[in-house]
Amino acid sequence: MSAGMPTEGSPTLPYTQGGEFVTVGEGLCIRRIYPEGEDSDLSARTMINIGPSHPAMHGTIRMVVELDGETIVGVDVIPGYLHRGFEKECEHHTYHQAIPYTDRLNYCSPLINNFGWVETVEKLFEVEATRRTQLIRTYMSEVSRITDHLTCLGAALMELGALTPFLYMIEVRDWLWEHIANVSGARLTQTYARVGGLARDVTDEWLDRCEHLYVEELIPKLRDVHGLVDHNRIFIDRMRGVGVISREDAVSYGVTGPVLRSTGVGLDVRKYAPYSAYGDVSFEVPIGKYGDNYDRYFVRMREMEESIRICRQLDPMIRATNGEPIVVDDARMTLPDKKEVYSNIEALMNHFKLIMEGPRPPKGEAYHAVEGANGELGFYLVSDGTGLPYKARCRPPSFVNMGAIHLMLLGSQVADIVPVFGQINMIGGECDR
Amino acid sequence: MAVDEAGPPAETGAGPEAATVQIGQGSGSAAALPVAPLPPGSEILAESGLANTVWTSRVDAVMGWARKFSLFQYPFVTACCGMEFMAVSGNHYDTDRFGAALPRFSPRQSDMLMVVGTIVHKQAPVLKTVYDQMCEPKWVVAVGACAVSGGFYQNYTSVPGCDKVIPVDVYIPGCPPRPETILDALIKLQEKIQGQRHPIF
Amino acid sequence: MSAVLSRVISGLGEAVLSHHDRLGDDTIVIEASHRLSASQWLMEDSELQFDMLMDSTAVDWIDEEPRFEIVDHFFSTRFQHRLRVKCRVDEDEARVPSLCSLYGSANWMERETYDMYGIEFDGHPDLRRILLYPEFKGFPLRKDYDKLEAHPLFEERYPGTRETDEVVHPGPRDLDAPK
Repeated sequence: MSAGMPTEGSPTLPYTQGGEFVTVGEGLCIRRIYPEGEDSDLSARTMINIGPSHPAMHGTIRMVVELDGETIVGVDVIPGYLHRGFEKECEHHTYHQAIPYTDRLNYCSPLINNFGWVETVEKLFEVEATRRTQLIRTYMSEVSRITDHLTCLGAALMELGALTPFLYMIEVRDWLWEHIANVSGARLTQTYARVGGLARDVTDEWLDRCEHLYVEELIPKLRDVHGLVDHNRIFIDRMRGVGVISREDAVSYGVTGPVLRSTGVGLDVRKYAPYSAYGDVSFEVPIGKYGDNYDRYFVRMREMEESIRICRQLDPMIRATNGEPIVVDDARMTLPDKKEVYSNIEALMNHFKLIMEGPRPPKGEAYHAVEGANGELGFYLVSDGTGLPYKARCRPPSFVNMGAIHLMLLGSQVADIVPVFGQINMIGGECDR
Repeated sequence: MAVDEAGPPAETGAGPEAATVQIGQGSGSAAALPVAPLPPGSEILAESGLANTVWTSRVDAVMGWARKFSLFQYPFVTACCGMEFMAVSGNHYDTDRFGAALPRFSPRQSDMLMVVGTIVHKQAPVLKTVYDQMCEPKWVVAVGACAVSGGFYQNYTSVPGCDKVIPVDVYIPGCPPRPETILDALIKLQEKIQGQRHPIF
Repeated sequence: MSAVLSRVISGLGEAVLSHHDRLGDDTIVIEASHRLSASQWLMEDSELQFDMLMDSTAVDWIDEEPRFEIVDHFFSTRFQHRLRVKCRVDEDEARVPSLCSLYGSANWMERETYDMYGIEFDGHPDLRRILLYPEFKGFPLRKDYDKLEAHPLFEERYPGTRETDEVVHPGPRDLDAPK
């Protein structure tokens, strides 16, 4: 131990930040606050249970809330109602077979999960995807980000009673999904990425149609939504100043993504550690000022506009690389051409080994982060040299963001749970894995 | 009195179209009344001048006919299929056309439980409770491979199909199912309800 | 060696048992008992300022001794650099100091590690299962836990139909049939 290092004990921050831990029986431990100027009459408080099967809790979160009147003075958040064993399943499947499981992490933006996984595996292999693959991955990530934000905002606005934006956004999302299905084959769970490349190539017509959808569907609908809710009195009353989290708390609790950026911290993995082709495009990172729900709404709306901007910059680049390969030429991970498989024993064996045993990265460990729609989506993989991951860890942005929700809820009204929860955009598959 | 009977629609689980009864086309009454799909097995009373207003049927058929067009759903949405379920409720597909648009988030007011998404062991008692709280008559639709059989989650935490917990009427395959599949299942459920007994006393 | 890693090694001194920067990830291995103090130094050092605990998990090396490896990923919001800190604990004495007093995000992540691996964290204010339920026996991400071993909370019913599912065939002939 060197001299500059403090000894054990004397922690700098109190762990009771954001409420004191109180065990209230039956495995419940709430974080309780005592508002100033009150004599803390505990008998006047009410405990209510919300969820897990509750429309505001998205079916997968349970909250035990202690109320003083209508003010939330204690909260215990219980996730895990969609824990599907992602990490255990990955340890029992090859690196290729695990790609469909990553689809179902954040099922609003499956492509970002796909790409995050395969880029981590490629990092283990120390290979780099081809130029065209990187461009298409970046493009698809942004389309996926748009669908995620559309889903999040549409559902959040519907929960506040604004049904029309929901219908608008779901309609646009449907167009985009069907359009992604044209190239990947599935609307929702696309499984479009492969280790070392992509499943299929995109065409110029596909890009034309995507631009057409932006111009004809997405941009007008975003404008309509802005017109409907931005200056709406009810909307502002329920969003502005609700669910505030300070910058220091957000950093301490590991909050990332739009929730962190709403507090004024302009951190974006795409910007400070560009992966794929993000280094070749220019875009802005929208940040908020107050760290409340209204800022989160606006950050998401602006991010969609930036995503369109990124796509438009990538469009000519993808066209310029027409005909270039979309998979790396590396027999360790890329399946050989079918014609070779049927005529060549080496290719047949290569195919057999890749299918039956999977790609076998060298021993080692790698952590790779991409900017998911809700924050930093990281994968930590440990390889022991076999075709199965020895350890597959997903760093879930929703889960970590949910760990800070008590800071946003304590002291606010019980009805504020709905917009706060909606703007965190908790996705069950990713939160509970 | 012209009754458009395309033979007895009885034997093979008749749909509503097979027994459509057109009224008001007899001699004398020129204006055709709105054509409604009457319950199968209905008969027009042709006597005593009540031809255009009174028809007879069986209680089961009428109750089934009424119930199948007013399915109040309880969306037990947990996972990915919920995204497709949102799409089904949206503009493009619109479950309102089948009288099943209103989600009732109180189990006591709903009669169709849609299990959308994976049921894990932590969630299973909740599903059972919700099902027990629903009043008869009630029907259950399992949406998606996970709700049908556990899907490709075969591990320590996933329930291999929600029919291990509650009885299921209609199974919808797919991971996730396309919206058209969900609408098809809704029509299948309506046919099933029409053919069921509906004891009211 | 990157500037971050050399700074960490010089600052932590012999607390660093080993280090590497393979695949571009700066990694140090420390003693489990130094987890809290080393993290505090990493957080407070003016050149490092690792103020965010990005991820915390564990790896089960079942054939090795000590068995469990705690893996923490730190991130600096000011300099945007990362560091991976690993430490080993034995199965019999699977206890490490908690980072809850430094980082808010450690709360849920350490609860998850406890839930999945059974590693206990000293000083954690609220150590209970988070993704699984209290009735669950065992720790599922340990390598010796069978993937299919479930602990159901409900009584399994045999899939089938209800009594009210009896289907009748309505039609004009039924109306005339004798009761």
